[in-house]
Amino acid sequence: MSQPLLQVRDLSLLYGPQKGCQGVSFDLYPGEVLGIVGESGSGKSTLLSLLSGRLPPQAGSIGYRSKEGEWLDLYSASEAERRTLLRTEWGFVEQNPRDGLRMGVSAGANIGERLMAQGVRNYQQLRGAGLDWLSQVEIDPQRIDDLPRTFSGGMQQRLQIARNLVSSPRLVFMDEPTGGLDVSVQARLLDLLRGLVRELDLAVVIVTHDLAVARLLADRLMVMRRSRVVETGLTDQILDDPQHPYSQLLVSSVLQP
Amino acid sequence: MMNTLIEVRDLSKTFTLHQQNGVVLNVLRGVDFSVQGGECLVLHGQSGAGKSTLLRTLYGNYLPAGGSIRICHDGQWLELVGAQPRDILQVRQQTLGYVSQFLRVIPRVACLDVVMEPALARGWPKPQAQARAEHLLARLNIPQRLWQLAPGTFSGGEQQRVNIARGFMVAWPVMLLDEPTASLDDSNRQVVLELMNEAKAGGAALIGIFHDRAAREAVADRHLDMTPAHQAEEEYAHAR
Repeated sequence: MSQPLLQVRDLSLLYGPQKGCQGVSFDLYPGEVLGIVGESGSGKSTLLSLLSGRLPPQAGSIGYRSKEGEWLDLYSASEAERRTLLRTEWGFVEQNPRDGLRMGVSAGANIGERLMAQGVRNYQQLRGAGLDWLSQVEIDPQRIDDLPRTFSGGMQQRLQIARNLVSSPRLVFMDEPTGGLDVSVQARLLDLLRGLVRELDLAVVIVTHDLAVARLLADRLMVMRRSRVVETGLTDQILDDPQHPYSQLLVSSVLQP
Repeated sequence: MMNTLIEVRDLSKTFTLHQQNGVVLNVLRGVDFSVQGGECLVLHGQSGAGKSTLLRTLYGNYLPAGGSIRICHDGQWLELVGAQPRDILQVRQQTLGYVSQFLRVIPRVACLDVVMEPALARGWPKPQAQARAEHLLARLNIPQRLWQLAPGTFSGGEQQRVNIARGFMVAWPVMLLDEPTASLDDSNRQVVLELMNEAKAGGAALIGIFHDRAAREAVADRHLDMTPAHQAEEEYAHAR
């Protein structure tokens, strides 16, 4: 089939013994959703920071195949190149929407920011994209001039997703995207994400401690414990027939994953 | 060996329960069979003989301990034991279907969309997928007023029939069926039997579990005896 989008080899960053992550390797293909699960402190978020170019590793490499088909070694690239990537071909959805949004500007300006960074200056075009994306994430387009702080938590999270997806990224990182939301709002967001991932053929790396979220969104899973990946495989195989003692504990500890 | 679509050799499956003192359960051992297009193999054996485990292992839901599962996928033979997740997902999209008794409900997703999904994943145009889904739901006696609702609130029997409609949405060359007719009334059971016979006539290889004898007699071509009698004794000897 096609070539991988991301090639991760032996990635490590340790803050202390078994704190951080070490020896992580995998390939991610276009349109593939990879879930990273494990208890807090297992290294999931550290790994996500390394993968998304926010934190340099102590060892290992990340190769990314750009839109033009060229391989880029993430941590030998310049800081400017990494930033451009993060604002164009990549996206990052934070757990707390306040960390991913600009709270002092309108919803429309939040959505338009990436397009402006790519050189779009036409007001009508920016406004059009704002209206279009608000309705795609099921926010009333009439709210386009309102500040994000007047939105509910679920709406803020959907706005953050719109802000990331407007630049047509190929790869999106998500850190517990449904973590801070009420259960009723979670279902809606998950359904929305599922639809967008399929429609836009996005590759996604999603960190979650919620195995039900992992089952719904991820094609395959990596289970992390004490800085290491202890098991990888097809999502339903890991959840229904976990092999590693820790994965078995994790799966048997939740109510109906 | 013409037109064989799936071939299983010396397949074994064990469960190691690390949370329960590392107990090892040998559920499948030395399973051998192959199934041709247009044929239905019925798994035979008591409850606990490993019939559902075999289906789940074939589907990649359970990880095999050893042996081989080869399937004819996209005109080529593919080994599923040890295959990459994305290859298994490809096989599930194009070649291998699975119908269980239970529907995994996704909040907010309408009945019609649940049924259409396998066709949309294969890239069917939506009107064509919708026409087929409506046809199946009508045949399985799901009232039209329910089609746009999420099946979370449906009765158990209705959910089961939605799941069957989804299972027969596209023509899978190989189909795994885990008691699709269980607890259905006579008229709906008849519809499911017709759907299975249509799939066979269309060249599909079926592997199924049917507790209900009438259903078995209506579709079975061959049986695979999974009674573990001699194996159980042997295992007991090992344990001592």
